[in-house]
Amino acid sequence: MTAVLEVRDLKVRFATPDGEVSAVNGVSFDVNEGECVGIVGESGSGKSQLFMSVMGLLAKNGRTLGSAKYRGTELVGMPVKALNKIRGDKIAMIFQDSMTGLTPHLRIGKQMTEVLVQHKGMSEADARKRALEMLNLVRIPEAGRRLAQYPHELSGGMRQRIMIAMALLCEPELLIADEPTTALDVTVQAQILDLMADLKTVTKAAIVLITHDLGTVAGLCDKVQVMYGGRFMETGTVQEIFYKPAHPYTAGLLASMPRLTEERQEKLYAIPGQPPNLQRLPKACPFQERCTYVHDRCIDELPVLRQVGDANATLTGHTKACHLVSLQNPVSAPHAPSINVAADEARSA
Amino acid sequence: MLSYAVRRLLEAIPTLLVIVALSFFLMHSAPGGPFDSERVLPPEIEANLKAAYNLDKPVWQQFAIYLGNALQGDFGPSFTYKDFTVSELISTGFPVSLKLGLSAVTLAVIIGCTLGILAAMRQNTKTDYTVMGFAMVGITIPNFVMAPLLTLIFGIYLGLLPVAGLGDGSIRNLVLPVVALALPQIAIVSRLTRGGMVEVLRSNFVRTAHAKGLPEHLIITRHTLRAALLPVVSYLGPAIAGLVTGSVVIEQIFGLPGIGRYFVQGAINRDYTLVMGTVITYGSLIVLMNLLVDLVYGLMDPRVRYD
Ligand SMILES: Nc1ncnc2c1ncn2[C@@H]1O[C@H](COP(=O)(O)OP(=O)(O)O)[C@@H](O)[C@H]1O
Ligand code: SF4
Ligand SMILES: [Mg+2]
Repeated sequence: MTAVLEVRDLKVRFATPDGEVSAVNGVSFDVNEGECVGIVGESGSGKSQLFMSVMGLLAKNGRTLGSAKYRGTELVGMPVKALNKIRGDKIAMIFQDSMTGLTPHLRIGKQMTEVLVQHKGMSEADARKRALEMLNLVRIPEAGRRLAQYPHELSGGMRQRIMIAMALLCEPELLIADEPTTALDVTVQAQILDLMADLKTVTKAAIVLITHDLGTVAGLCDKVQVMYGGRFMETGTVQEIFYKPAHPYTAGLLASMPRLTEERQEKLYAIPGQPPNLQRLPKACPFQERCTYVHDRCIDELPVLRQVGDANATLTGHTKACHLVSLQNPVSAPHAPSINVAADEARSA
Repeated sequence: MLSYAVRRLLEAIPTLLVIVALSFFLMHSAPGGPFDSERVLPPEIEANLKAAYNLDKPVWQQFAIYLGNALQGDFGPSFTYKDFTVSELISTGFPVSLKLGLSAVTLAVIIGCTLGILAAMRQNTKTDYTVMGFAMVGITIPNFVMAPLLTLIFGIYLGLLPVAGLGDGSIRNLVLPVVALALPQIAIVSRLTRGGMVEVLRSNFVRTAHAKGLPEHLIITRHTLRAALLPVVSYLGPAIAGLVTGSVVIEQIFGLPGIGRYFVQGAINRDYTLVMGTVITYGSLIVLMNLLVDLVYGLMDPRVRYD
């Protein structure tokens, strides 16, 4: 397998008047050709900023440390001109806020064709033809009419489809989708996820799907990386993450998923406590304040990603950043019924 | 859009009537009258004068007469410029003020927008601080200080430009007054432009444009400017109305025969008809400019609806 994107020890820092914000704190991973990677974590865990930094889109007060390579070419610190040859063409990104992501005073047609004119040197007429094809591909009704419309004339779901179509215009090798359905209502969410699943087979693009909702990645992704406090807590295949979660945080996320199979309306479980303050992250495990399994070692030593089950194995497949030997046999930790129940249920499902 | 414009103009008529009525009654309720002067007039002459100008009638009757005449385009004779009608005074003075004002506005828009864009693109750098510092100075230094200063430097010390009057009518005569009039406007426009730019540059759609790999110049011209200049457009409407109706200070200092001085002189001399004439000119211009702003807004932002 060839990697489209190789990220190594990437860190994102923001300078603010009341101290430095450590949004991303050393993450390493590959995205391989044609693969779909899910990035999951609560809001504020650094998912968006991780990929903003890859795209060179950090706010002015942010900076990136470490390395992110597109097919061997270093993106971190790349001059904007060179970066502009890659983003939009080889790597495309769509954002959470589809309602405000399109330029309000430009027609849809122009916003789409300009990408092709810029990267492929197409004529306006050819670009329009291609834009029309893409609108049909993302199943927008009356595609021809849409080209002449302005964003405010379209619904949220339609706008997100247009964002997706726009991102796919140049047949990128990597599509980063940052919570593409969060701002939409539930039925539209399902439609967009269906569309993404179809596109996965149609296009050759590798996909990174960022979401705070584990349910979203289930149908779509090959592997999942669970993020917290700017670090990966657990990585694995969708199967491993859903059925054999090894990190208390993953188990907590699973437990807080709404379960559609349940007959009675049970109060939704939520991980107690708040995400950590990124200006004063603990030296050791970032999850310690909220973890029911917390023990001495968690407060002294930062857990690094290790192979689940075998501490000496190489970093492939199922890894976790946790001092626990196993979720089922916690060392010197109080029993945590709700989490265990969830984990058990997921396993037997 | 045309029907919208026509409707707006029709709606403006009651507004203008209110403005005219308010000014009329306020002015007449102010103490003193057009014929008060150092030299006391014999009572019978004053009575004759007042009768000639209808000043002996009740105020509401005077207003009715004035309004009736004004609607027929007759704004009456001036009280102080005895040989002229108000229409004559305004129609000779207005072109001068208009030329001056429009030149200043043009200068302010071109320079102000350019500076504002530069400052926003180089936010928090030396360029930004220099432009904003200049804007601060431009806004705080009043006209009556700036104008003589410019005259001193360019007119007298350097001898580059004429100091006062229209001279032979060439452009050179207008340079100093236009610059003096434009400087504070340049300052305001550049601040508004910078503010609008900074805000739009942070918006989600500009982020999308960056993610699409578009070059900087396209992001500015195509994706940013139109949204960023909306505050400038709203400011310019009333500002243009104000500028083209003349600046008393500038016209006095540079000895220009515009209509700006009529406002003040008219009010001081209780030249009722002249003041009313200038009020109507200014009021109509404000109405027109606000309409123009709304129409331009619609061109710049497709979300604006006319209904
Ligand atoms: N420009 C910025 N300045 C300071 N902090 C920032 C800035 N942008 C993002 N952050 C912080 O970085 C953290 C991670 O944000 P983000 O990656 O957007 O989280 P999420 O996982 O919800 O996508 C958040 O705590 C956010 O407040
Ligand atoms: S390292 Fe300790 S505190 Fe952190 S998740 Fe594991 S058990 Fe909980
Ligand atoms: Mg986010």
